[in-house]
Amino acid sequence: MSSSTANMTKVFGRPSSMTDVPFTYCPGCSHGVIARIIGQTLDELEIAEQTIAIAPVGCSVFCYLWYKCDAIQVAHGRACAAATGIKRARPDRIVFSYQGDGDFASIGTAESIHAANRGENLTVIFINNQIYGMTGGEMAPTTLVDQKTTTTPDGRDPNLFGYPIRFSEMIAQLDAPVYVTRQAVYDTRRIISTTAAIKKAFQNQVDGKGYSLVEVLATCPTNWRMTPLQANQHVTNTVTDVFPLGDLVDRG
Amino acid sequence: MSRGTVVIDTERCKGCGLCIEACPHQVLAFSGTLNKSGYDVVHMRDPEACVGCAFCAMTCPDIAIEVYRETVTT
Amino acid sequence: MGERLLLRGNEAIAEAAIRAGCQCYFAYPITPQAELLEHMARNMPRLGRTFVQAESEIGAINMVYGAAAAGVRTMTSSSSPGISLKQEAISYLAGANLPAVIVNIVRGGPGLGNIAPSQCDYFQATRGGGHGDYRTIVLGPSTVPEAGELTMLAFDLADKYRIPVVILADGLLGQMMEPVELPNAVDISSLPQKPWALTGAKRRDPNIIHSFDMDPEGLRQINRDLQAKYDRIAADEIRYETVQTDDAEIVIAAYGTIARIAKSAIRMARAEGIKVGLFRPITLWPYPSAALRDLAETTKTILTVEMSAGQMHEDVRLAVAERAELPFYGETGGVVPTPRAILNEVKKHVL
Repeated sequence: MSSSTANMTKVFGRPSSMTDVPFTYCPGCSHGVIARIIGQTLDELEIAEQTIAIAPVGCSVFCYLWYKCDAIQVAHGRACAAATGIKRARPDRIVFSYQGDGDFASIGTAESIHAANRGENLTVIFINNQIYGMTGGEMAPTTLVDQKTTTTPDGRDPNLFGYPIRFSEMIAQLDAPVYVTRQAVYDTRRIISTTAAIKKAFQNQVDGKGYSLVEVLATCPTNWRMTPLQANQHVTNTVTDVFPLGDLVDRG
Repeated sequence: MSRGTVVIDTERCKGCGLCIEACPHQVLAFSGTLNKSGYDVVHMRDPEACVGCAFCAMTCPDIAIEVYRETVTT
Repeated sequence: MGERLLLRGNEAIAEAAIRAGCQCYFAYPITPQAELLEHMARNMPRLGRTFVQAESEIGAINMVYGAAAAGVRTMTSSSSPGISLKQEAISYLAGANLPAVIVNIVRGGPGLGNIAPSQCDYFQATRGGGHGDYRTIVLGPSTVPEAGELTMLAFDLADKYRIPVVILADGLLGQMMEPVELPNAVDISSLPQKPWALTGAKRRDPNIIHSFDMDPEGLRQINRDLQAKYDRIAADEIRYETVQTDDAEIVIAAYGTIARIAKSAIRMARAEGIKVGLFRPITLWPYPSAALRDLAETTKTILTVEMSAGQMHEDVRLAVAERAELPFYGETGGVVPTPRAILNEVKKHVL
């Protein structure tokens, strides 16, 4: 039962840049939190009308439905190339891509690295949940050693399939990027930090500063075979050991 | 300490339970009532304890929670 | 008309694209189209337009996908193996109803092949080389000036029908030099608006560009709309040339540079009293099947000549069926037939 809201101020609601379309994500999936943070950012910076969103292939293939923005759905891995095309064609629009670990760090490796290396004035949101969600739970380049997935049923063996890739650290090596950070959303403090990071990554583009990348450690309760709570704890206790949180580059 | 309250969109709630964990004052709990999608939706088990901090709403992956806070008079 | 320039085919295509108002050009180096890339690299920036050498042909075509969605005239160019890499994105362009120009300076294949001229990508270009039921308009220039004209036409057709258009040239055309008088540059601001483009949803509902519908009946409708569009294009945009076909006892069917070599063979044949004509498709899709079928009513033999193992030959056989004899002479591997070689083939089929 909820109390009456008379004589009360609304302090939190759906961002106005977002549509009413219900998220298609699983219960407890971090995608929803991050999608909402982006909507909040578009509101705060008042940029929804200038923004063009790029939807990947993966669980967030439908993210073009969440925002009152022009949007495009692109081929798997190619969001950073399409973003380059859009931004070069319309430099005064705000262009962001939103990609999972297959899209950004596997099939899209070349496009992801080279958009960063060219210093395209973009905002790239990279969702790292160490697994391929949409296709049923296969290994990602970011999958942890010994992690069981459908293509590593006995756990990821580094002798066969290598180690989890720290893509943000690779991007941070490049000369052009102005902001590279790794965040998480497993508790309120991290959510607040991620909110500030995403806002900075968009503000950088508004200010014409160059390429910003926000990697967000996310959960996949369904394919990790955990409850949402257990999944958040897994990120807190284990995933952050492999993918340390914090700013890798901040030339802002 | 301010007083707050939340409004939960029970059809958007997927019963993930993250808001229950996020709340610093144990305001929220599963209601035992299922919505049309079959999820056990969350409700305020202790409305008096709500301070309107919005931690629950920030955590909710489905933007199912609106938060209200009493305006403070000086 | 502009001034008369001595240009390579690759340069003529590049310069024509610029004059057609190409705003963004993205490409990856590959022989034998390097001069196209270089002409764009030198000229696009000084005109305030976009040139990006992409990380791969895949990057380039996806940049084209983005720029096309943003509503600007955009182009990429490559050669056979690079065009193979682009097929997924071309399917996306077609499925999303986006205009773009893709230039293929065809070389020997399959695989790495070589850098000599060929026409072995005809199937890839005309059958929709990527996945799904789609077509691209395919234009086959035969001379350097025509390469320029068809490039400018390509941008107009792409915008008119919201479809990718392929310029199917070859290494011979790309490298040869001829005098060209290109039309004056188009005034970009006079081009029709694109209300569907991604420009920022200000005071309007958002535009969403995608090629996706999880509901089979929804996707079926998307497909039906695409097929209806292709029918309209097939009804209105067919282009071809005939040379001395009225009295011909044998007609050569050929396109691109081979058609040009065939013209020399025809001159030689006519000098010997052999009545040979030429049927030269200019649109390879839509293929001028009806015109070829009509020709077969009055000509006993149609000899297809192409630098392939018999790709356009299939369209000739589909169009003509039993109405005429349909021999084939092809060269592969980058070997370019001489006029004499074509004449010898003609003689084999003339009593």
